[in-house]
Amino acid sequence: MNKILRYFSNLWQRSNLLYLALCAFTFGGWQLAASFTIPILLPPPVDVGRAFLQGLIDGSLLLHVGISYYRILVGWAIGSAIAIPIAILAGRVPLIRFLLDPYIEFFRFIPPIAFVTLFMIWFGLGEFSKITLIVYTAFFTTFLSTMTGAMSVEKERIRAAQCLGASPRQVFFRVIIPATVPHIIIGIRLALGLSFMTVIAAEFIAAQSGIGYLIFNSRLFAQTDNVFVGIITLGLMGFSANWLLKITISRIAYRYDIKL
Amino acid sequence: MRFAIELRGADKCYESRHAGGEPYEALLNFNLEIIEGEFFCLLGPTGCGKSTVMNIVAGFENPTNGLALNFDKPILGPSADRGMVFQSDVALFPWLTVENNVAFGLRLKGIDEEVIKFIVEENLDLVGLMAHRGKFPRELSGGMKQRVQIARALANNPSILLMDEPFAALDAQTRRLMQEELSRLWALNKKTVLFITHDIGEAIWLADRIGVMTRGPRASVKEIFTVNLPKPRSNMTSEFVNLYNLLNDSISAESKAMMNE
Repeated sequence: MNKILRYFSNLWQRSNLLYLALCAFTFGGWQLAASFTIPILLPPPVDVGRAFLQGLIDGSLLLHVGISYYRILVGWAIGSAIAIPIAILAGRVPLIRFLLDPYIEFFRFIPPIAFVTLFMIWFGLGEFSKITLIVYTAFFTTFLSTMTGAMSVEKERIRAAQCLGASPRQVFFRVIIPATVPHIIIGIRLALGLSFMTVIAAEFIAAQSGIGYLIFNSRLFAQTDNVFVGIITLGLMGFSANWLLKITISRIAYRYDIKL
Repeated sequence: MRFAIELRGADKCYESRHAGGEPYEALLNFNLEIIEGEFFCLLGPTGCGKSTVMNIVAGFENPTNGLALNFDKPILGPSADRGMVFQSDVALFPWLTVENNVAFGLRLKGIDEEVIKFIVEENLDLVGLMAHRGKFPRELSGGMKQRVQIARALANNPSILLMDEPFAALDAQTRRLMQEELSRLWALNKKTVLFITHDIGEAIWLADRIGVMTRGPRASVKEIFTVNLPKPRSNMTSEFVNLYNLLNDSISAESKAMMNE
């Protein structure tokens, strides 16, 4: 907690003036641009702020944020958790890689959005189909990065462990896995970003809640200000999720020489 | 007199990577005897198959024909009994601190942590890295990283220390310093060492005996020189220079022949 507070206070002290200037520039420009057109095309920041506050007060916005977050985080965690062990094995065991390769190479080029309707038919309109879609999204990104990492563990490093008496099992757990950690981290960070994209697409098409639903539904009623609320909220969600992930990773970042 | 390592009529033939290509005969009838307690240098021109010999002795590769023995027992695979110092610092585990790198082999054996701590400190002290025990390998200089590798191999107390051009990637000054360090360490514990190098001076500074290899393919040991110079060797005496010239003639004959082939 202290660390988080310190992070914020440092950030604030170093860059508060610059950020203030950037904010003023952004909102000023937006307000100016809005004055040249009608609110239904570009609502001024004041309108968007009002809609934002209203959503906060009646609780609907937090509900949308909560449900979208839930789908993203659960799907992402499951997808990554499945991908990591299989990818490490595939990276180290040529037979497994050989068997999985055609599937991976085929499905990785199909964007998750292409499966939205199919997953609805298979898994219904509830949470399961959306979470499965996120699982699919997170799986491939994490898998490919992790497998690359596991494949590229230096021969000398493995041999060094063998000369120190490591059994194949010990080599796997004490060399292969730690050596793959940086690639796993890259994979899950990319997967988190892609999960945000997928959840919105899924909520556009088949949901009664979530930020994607908010954006799509507001469009139907020409509530452009609420569309803006959705988009901005989404940005803030991604920003905070990435920030939380960074904080979590920072504990091991130095040891594994990961650049955040 | 016991042999720490024996290669008897060892051949090593690599299958071609391309279909229909010629197989490559790296070693043919390779014989080598390393006496317990001696510092043996294997010297040879680039591409002569020094690394193949090392891979066989370490147990990474098997000879196609012939015998590879470690104290009369066949070498079947890598073992903690044959410690290795690699040329590249990639061999260190970058996610472990210096002391945890040194403790790696001991932890594999499931030794008591207090004993591990004692052995690790002893070996870090030996290579002069006590002050850097908590650092990660990437925070160390090239020479220090090689010291970590040496401490890590010694901590396991192997019956023989294999060193595959361990100082080749260091700058000239650091290399000389490391050679003196290694001489000092060897004088302390008289551990059997097989040291591979292409550097004639290095071989004379360090070795009790020097084996010169013929050029590849079908390499073998051409001749063996005994270095009868008192240790520690810190100056180039006239005997040093004479031996240098002998070795140089022996090796350049191979290099020249290779260029003319």
